[in-house]
Amino acid sequence: MPEIFTANRLFDGDVVYRTAGGDWVADVDAAEVIDDADHLAATAIAVKADVDASKVLDAMPIAVVVTDGRVVPKRLRERIRAFGPTVKSDHRPGAV
Amino acid sequence: MYRYDEFDAAFVRQRVTQFADQVERRLAGEISEDEFKPLRLMNGVYLQLHAYMLRIAIPYGTLSSRQMRRLAHIARTYDKGYGHFTTRQNVQFNWPALKDVPAILAELAEVEMHAIQTSGNCIRNVTADHFAGAAFDEADDPRPYAEILRQWSSLHPEFSFLPRKFKIAVTGAAHDRAAIRLHDIGLEVKRGPDGGIGFAVHVGGGQGRTPMLAREINPFVPEADILAYVDAILRVYNLFGRRDNKFKARIKILVHETGIDEIRRMVEEEFDAIRGGVLGLPAEEAERIRAYFAPPAFEARPAVSAKLDAARAANPALDRFVRSNLHRHKAPGYTSLTISLKPIGGIPGDASADQMDAVAAIAERWAFSEIRVSHEQNLILPHLALDDVPAVYAALQAADLATANAGAITDIIACPGLDYCALANARSIPIASEISERFGAPERQDEIGPLSIKISGCINACGHHHVGHIGILGVDRKGEEFYQISLGGNPDESASIGEIVGPGFSSDGVVDAVETIVDTYLKLRTSPGETFLAAYRRLGEAPFKEALYGA
Repeated sequence: MPEIFTANRLFDGDVVYRTAGGDWVADVDAAEVIDDADHLAATAIAVKADVDASKVLDAMPIAVVVTDGRVVPKRLRERIRAFGPTVKSDHRPGAV
Repeated sequence: MYRYDEFDAAFVRQRVTQFADQVERRLAGEISEDEFKPLRLMNGVYLQLHAYMLRIAIPYGTLSSRQMRRLAHIARTYDKGYGHFTTRQNVQFNWPALKDVPAILAELAEVEMHAIQTSGNCIRNVTADHFAGAAFDEADDPRPYAEILRQWSSLHPEFSFLPRKFKIAVTGAAHDRAAIRLHDIGLEVKRGPDGGIGFAVHVGGGQGRTPMLAREINPFVPEADILAYVDAILRVYNLFGRRDNKFKARIKILVHETGIDEIRRMVEEEFDAIRGGVLGLPAEEAERIRAYFAPPAFEARPAVSAKLDAARAANPALDRFVRSNLHRHKAPGYTSLTISLKPIGGIPGDASADQMDAVAAIAERWAFSEIRVSHEQNLILPHLALDDVPAVYAALQAADLATANAGAITDIIACPGLDYCALANARSIPIASEISERFGAPERQDEIGPLSIKISGCINACGHHHVGHIGILGVDRKGEEFYQISLGGNPDESASIGEIVGPGFSSDGVVDAVETIVDTYLKLRTSPGETFLAAYRRLGEAPFKEALYGA
């Protein structure tokens, strides 16, 4: 199953994904989808460098399913991280 | 309320400065996450699924209007416009940026609040009965003792690196609203034969993966000795609590494995060595702290309010609210009012910034500017004249805070669960919302009567599922959310741990299962006066099991 790298951004804690260009962005669809063990290992080294450089923290690869160009994490936990809490916000005026 | 003295104020300000520097160095990459993590946790900063989370201590759940307004301001300025009140009587913000946390802590320090000891293996925020100082049935106000324990335990050098976290709860009444039997140490304020104050001391309670009820270690420790006695317990735990296995490190395991009699002997030995020393609590010091918690100047009022009675007769919704959300006060003509943070279908414990401001204003105008947070995730106005209830009710309605369900089936405790929490295995809030909607009709709730549902999204049991009359535990089964149901749990003086009724249910099936349990109770109760808990204790699990799974 293909994988992408995710982490939390250091200064605000936001969920981010690593692009092919090495940026960390909020849009899961922009993540580099990796389906090759060697490339995954090479990227892991680059990710560790970003962690060591205090750009991001708690970085890890996660399994995804790609359908029609949309990247959807396999685990529910990761889908909630990608798309936000599933709670209804209608009782929470002011919430995003 | 307690007011910071110079020492408190300087200490909290110093801590803000210290942490601001630590954050700056972390953001500059000068220290690693491994180095920074223990520092941020000591200041209440966690990393959750979506963002950092800041947990702010509300000592024994007591807040002033001024402090509540500051929380509203923080929610609006640094977060997404809301905060979440927790089962530890604390408040959490789910979305602060790390870079903003020093500013938030500085704002909190201005109103005598902080986030110290809301994480880590130390003595955490001391909790107390949310009706403290107001309830008709208390021996004495537990908060002065909670405050004394707070002062003793704050940055206590010997107890900052315990085998595991340590939670103390204090109740002032025999009817236990602080769940003291579910805490590492539970204290009940009592009067001795000569009228002097003392404490029944319970030790070794807790929830989590190994739920246990505390055992009474001493039926009466005099006020003067209480700090020395609690210190003796901590010393025994600090020495002998297991540090080899995180899951066996709480004092409940030590008490269970060693036996209460042997623990008592060890504590008494330690106590004998230190009693009467520096930890003695002089009567004048206890009195000085008690003075901070002196009751407000209640006016002489008739016990019954003709004004309220007339308003109730004219307004059935107010009448229903009064029946469910008021608690008997010790002063005639006054009451304690529960502001439910459980709107039907909503998120247990959440309040928007506007709602926090509204509560602050209501408390200021009608309730001596005093607010409490309950471990049931509601807010309380502890001192309110019965005559003012109609006006307060109207003001609460205007802020969408007038849900009449205190203690009812929709007054659900739920942890943040997998929607927010990095430890969770399953979601809690959506299940709570769905149950609340299913049973939300007023007639249905009134028919069912007092029934507590408590939901945790993982075995750590922040949602107190072990002591819910109906407890729900979310688990992960091969990537799917599953929910185990337990029955018969109860947190008060007749405390019991719920028993798992059978195999778990999917997220699609768990609400139906709860309804089956409720319908079975309604069918089998001897009268509407027999509560769910009483019926369960009489019937056992068999009829519920049969209804859920067939014969």
